[in-house]
Amino acid sequence: MIPIRFAPVPLDLVAPPPLAVSLRTTRLVYGGLILFDGLDLELAGGCFTCLLGPSGIGKTSLLRLLAGLTPPGVSGELRGGDGEPLTGRVAYMAQQDLLLPWLNVLDNVMLGSRLRGERADRKRALDLLGRVGLADCALARPDTLSGGMRQRAALARTLMEDRPVVLMDEPFSGLDALTRLRLQALAAELLAGRTVLLVTHDPLEALRLGEHVLIMNGRPATLSILPDLPGIPPRDPGDPAVQAAYRTILRRLEAA
Amino acid sequence: MKGLWRGLLTLASLLLVWQSVVTLGDLPPYILPGPWAVMLALWHHSESLLRHAGVTALEIILGMVLGTLLGCGSALALGYSRRVRRWLLPVLIASQAIPVFAIAPLLVLWLGYGMGSKIAMSMLIIYFPVTANFYDGLRHTQRGWLDLARVMLPEPRRWAVLRHIAIPAALPALASGLRIAAAVAPIGAVLGEWVGSSAGLGYLMLHANSRMQVDLMFAALFVLAALAVGLYFLVDAGLKRLLPWHPAIPETEID
Repeated sequence: MIPIRFAPVPLDLVAPPPLAVSLRTTRLVYGGLILFDGLDLELAGGCFTCLLGPSGIGKTSLLRLLAGLTPPGVSGELRGGDGEPLTGRVAYMAQQDLLLPWLNVLDNVMLGSRLRGERADRKRALDLLGRVGLADCALARPDTLSGGMRQRAALARTLMEDRPVVLMDEPFSGLDALTRLRLQALAAELLAGRTVLLVTHDPLEALRLGEHVLIMNGRPATLSILPDLPGIPPRDPGDPAVQAAYRTILRRLEAA
Repeated sequence: MKGLWRGLLTLASLLLVWQSVVTLGDLPPYILPGPWAVMLALWHHSESLLRHAGVTALEIILGMVLGTLLGCGSALALGYSRRVRRWLLPVLIASQAIPVFAIAPLLVLWLGYGMGSKIAMSMLIIYFPVTANFYDGLRHTQRGWLDLARVMLPEPRRWAVLRHIAIPAALPALASGLRIAAAVAPIGAVLGEWVGSSAGLGYLMLHANSRMQVDLMFAALFVLAALAVGLYFLVDAGLKRLLPWHPAIPETEID
């Protein structure tokens, strides 16, 4: 048994060089419905973008498409800002924490290396666990953790992959309000410098976290961009600018 | 503790019913001996009962081990390769239409009167539950985990996903298969012994039956039942220890 140091070592989370993402003329037909047709999406490199839209509009399909989990019946062109494919440069975090129940938290964080048959950087994994406040739970089984702790472990696993692009599918929607606020702040801090696309149906979450906010609406769905808000995320939900933008979004969603 | 008393009470009532049937029906011992006579037979024949029980237990255990290995291997092959699935799955299902009872004489003919044919019987009888349960588990890996692995791996690597995600995730299903296997493996061994053998509890029962030693037959049956129950609880406890992460089924009562 190798002794493990639990004290988190301060670690500068240097993000990889920013990478923009571009998706052109995408068409997706799902179950006879044209979800989108000729959709273009540009994600600025190193920016936190939130994608907001009602349920069932195709947000998750778009995210899965970017993640390379291509649904059947799709066509379009997906490239990184350098013109190369995105494969291997994306990390993915879902609404479920997707922790493997038979592995302890530390091994879950190192799952990527394990799958690729690489030597896992144990020290880095422990550091990351410290950053998300789970230093004492490294050897715990996931089923002994609360929902918020599990999602923090999932965040550490996502960061462990150290990819320039991070795709998140409503990662905080299953949590209680206070835990959600804390996790949003943590995610904004730790993901800084990466190209993030966070899908959500909660306007406040999008306004709190997004440097840019995209709204997806209609059928076939189209994207529109919201004017950028002042201030650096995570913004205070009580901020007047946030409140004003919130009303704008509601109007826009109702109008569609 | 309460459960133990309840169990003992149930046992005592059953013995009472048994004794009353014998007494009231005035049944001769060669038709139905009373519980006391069976106890005496257990005591008098303890040495030979133990020897034959040892043979049967060895057959069951070897059958369990080999059948589990074969079943796991088949399930993995089915889960890994589409071609194997296409060719083997129909054969596997069709094979279940043939009762193991029907091929027992053949196995004895091919593998002889010794242990081999009994081990083969146990193997055959547990092969299907082990294979079917494990394969079912392998097919139903949570989709989110597979998505996560797809994004983490630069190119699809089926073996890595199978080894690190699908197989561990299927272990609880395999455990259900093994519990069934533990319950039916003794049937296979005893069946083999009935068809033709020179040792084992099945042989002893058949032998006792033909000589009207019904008390000995019951004693052998009792030992066999104890063996089977013991095996089941051993396997169950072992599996619970090995899979501590698997959520235990909450005890709910249906009224």
